[in-house]
Amino acid sequence: MSIWKHHGKFERHSLALVIGILLVVSVGGLVEIAPLFWLESTIEKVKGVRPYTPLEQTGRDIYVREGCYVCHSQMIRPLRDEVERYGPYSLAAESMYDHPFQWGSKRTGPDLARVGGKYSDSWHRDHLIDPRSVVPESVMPPYAFMADKDLSLRDVQDRMRALTAVGVPYTQDQIDSARADMEAQADPFSADGPALRKRYGEKVVSRDFDGDPERLTELDALIAYLQMLGTLVDFSTYQAAAPANER
Amino acid sequence: MDRGSPGGSVLLVLTVLGGLLFAVAAAATHDPLFRFQAYIFVAAAVLGGFALTAAISSGQLRDEPDKYMDGVVRAGVIATMFWAAVGMLVGVFIATQLSWPNLFYFPEAGWLNFGRLRPLHTSGVIFAFGGNALICTSFYVVQRTCRARLFGGVMPWFVFWGYQLFIVLAATGYLAGITQSREYAEPEWYVDLWLTIVWVAYLLVFLGTLWKRREPHIYVANWFYLAFIVTVAMLHIVNNLAVPVGLLNHHSYSLFAGVQDALTQWWYGHNAVGFFLTAGFLGMMYYFVPKRVERPVYSYRLSIVHFWSLIFIYIWAGPHHLHYTALPQWAQTLGMTFSIMLWMPSWGGMINGLMTLSGAWDKLRTDPVVRMMVVAIAFYGMSTFEGPVMAIRAVNALSHYTDWTIGHVHSGALGWVGFISFGAIYCLVPWLWKKEALFSNRLVEWHFWISTTGILLYICAMWVSGIMEGLMWREYTPQGFLAWSFIETVSAKHVENVIRMVGGLMYLSGVLVMIYNLWRTVRLPSAEPSVALSAPLPAAA
Repeated sequence: MSIWKHHGKFERHSLALVIGILLVVSVGGLVEIAPLFWLESTIEKVKGVRPYTPLEQTGRDIYVREGCYVCHSQMIRPLRDEVERYGPYSLAAESMYDHPFQWGSKRTGPDLARVGGKYSDSWHRDHLIDPRSVVPESVMPPYAFMADKDLSLRDVQDRMRALTAVGVPYTQDQIDSARADMEAQADPFSADGPALRKRYGEKVVSRDFDGDPERLTELDALIAYLQMLGTLVDFSTYQAAAPANER
Repeated sequence: MDRGSPGGSVLLVLTVLGGLLFAVAAAATHDPLFRFQAYIFVAAAVLGGFALTAAISSGQLRDEPDKYMDGVVRAGVIATMFWAAVGMLVGVFIATQLSWPNLFYFPEAGWLNFGRLRPLHTSGVIFAFGGNALICTSFYVVQRTCRARLFGGVMPWFVFWGYQLFIVLAATGYLAGITQSREYAEPEWYVDLWLTIVWVAYLLVFLGTLWKRREPHIYVANWFYLAFIVTVAMLHIVNNLAVPVGLLNHHSYSLFAGVQDALTQWWYGHNAVGFFLTAGFLGMMYYFVPKRVERPVYSYRLSIVHFWSLIFIYIWAGPHHLHYTALPQWAQTLGMTFSIMLWMPSWGGMINGLMTLSGAWDKLRTDPVVRMMVVAIAFYGMSTFEGPVMAIRAVNALSHYTDWTIGHVHSGALGWVGFISFGAIYCLVPWLWKKEALFSNRLVEWHFWISTTGILLYICAMWVSGIMEGLMWREYTPQGFLAWSFIETVSAKHVENVIRMVGGLMYLSGVLVMIYNLWRTVRLPSAEPSVALSAPLPAAA
């Protein structure tokens, strides 16, 4: 059959082979990924999702640094048991400021998409320092070193500027006051608290997350991040069955 | 042009300049982690500079157009076995951490935590062991099937050492906490840029050798190697688009966010499987299986259909990693559909590989290396059957997030990727070092049986624990409450975790037996006078 003969062209011309390969492997990605950037239905329209505060974003960077995604997902699927175990299923809008996404692929530990507010700060502190002190059967590594490590404030503004470059809508005011906002969020008595809430919303709370009022540690940042996970959208007002949210 | 060492002096100048650049960067940066990595660049430049100078002055890099370039392949074989031992050892270690967390975590040594070691294990076996196996076998195969010396003067050596530098940067970075936390794409922006340079050089060496070929046709193994090189370049560049925090800062933020980032990552991630761990190793299969059993590839037409349909369909399958997530359902459905279609080309390739043994099936009994490669192809068939099943949404609802996925990956990685590479290297070492045969076929038998038993223990343990935890997560009491708290599903897996660790340890032991066997093979007296590296090529085409 002649069609097999035509294949000889690819076998005799390496450039034809390279171009053929590139064309063939481009199709799938173009059809599947490209539309996600312009189809408006990809991300739901919901109220409440905001960029992370500087302290939360720094905590998220620690979460990324430690590779928490290898054991914890942040994506609740719309299955009965998951919704009952973890809370309302995750929306695309909830990770719209996540660079990178941390949906994960494995649950050696539980899902964390809505862990915010489920445990107290002191539980998180004990659990991170020594997981088996509060959950004896846990297989999680200990993160005691974070309680002793002062949070680096050096490049937080550079980090916010880089995030702005990839599309997170931080204002100049938010970037300028990043350090003050970090201090304010970890100190319940800070005079800068109202300014922080003016910039990031009324729901942002100032607490001494790591229980050490003298210092701003990595543990402060990580717990601040964990405690806000999944708390931004008010699900009593979210209409999952509304036509605009049907996907 | 210096015919003595083509490109050697240019590379030396670039190495010195690169070393100076990173010395300045190390001095100027305020980021201790970036400084640490810059020092590694500087050290590599110093070592590389000395080695290059010595090699140029002693004439070791001189061009010998009528001989194959096998030194770099020999180095690749050694690197492959070295990284195999390292990557698998880390795997066994993190398996002990999950089995006995009280004993194998060290509160003051955060860099030994599971979250930092697990990427070291996955990158160690996929990119360090698998990558080196692919690079060195492709360098060997492309020369033999084109009857031409590798293109590019010193460039193949640059590819080899540049790739080792990529591995060292990535591995030390993970331990220090430098990661993008994107699965199988963890290295940060500057490491990604370095790998891009190395990879382009690799593509040029491969294509250049094809251009020099003295055979009218490009052999089928080279189609697969070429598809692997080209597509991995595309995936790597697109998935790692990111904005660094600063030019002297180790951290970066990915260009995409949330749902778009997720699909880009799994388009990459699944095709790291499809093109790195499948297409490349199929290239290996298409050369070493026919060569070892001395039979032609079963069907030329099946190769053509297999090749084009495999590379076309694989690229669509990424969304099956995101079933029931916030990814729009149309994309999930497309991913599932193509994953099921993928079964056909996968099995086409398996049949083409297995049937190549037609008329030589007795070698399964007499040659343990052939048996190893045949079992590799069988595992390829099994895991490419299991994969499409797990890509069905209803099955995925149970299997996703569980150990079942881990078992699936390991049946492919240990069974297919590991065994086909071991088979190829068992073939290569006597050929490259000019020995009549391996030191001991009995040791190959031992390797085969220890490792095969290890794989079976591993994947059976993960099937049991994965399906068990998936069922426990969704189990309800008659009163309508969830039956198990999460931590109960963790402690229920303890025995399976231990069995998995034992399986991994057995697989690693087999590899150590192999390393010993290869070492003794290299030390055997040579089969022929050492003058002729290879049969000289015909003088003119």
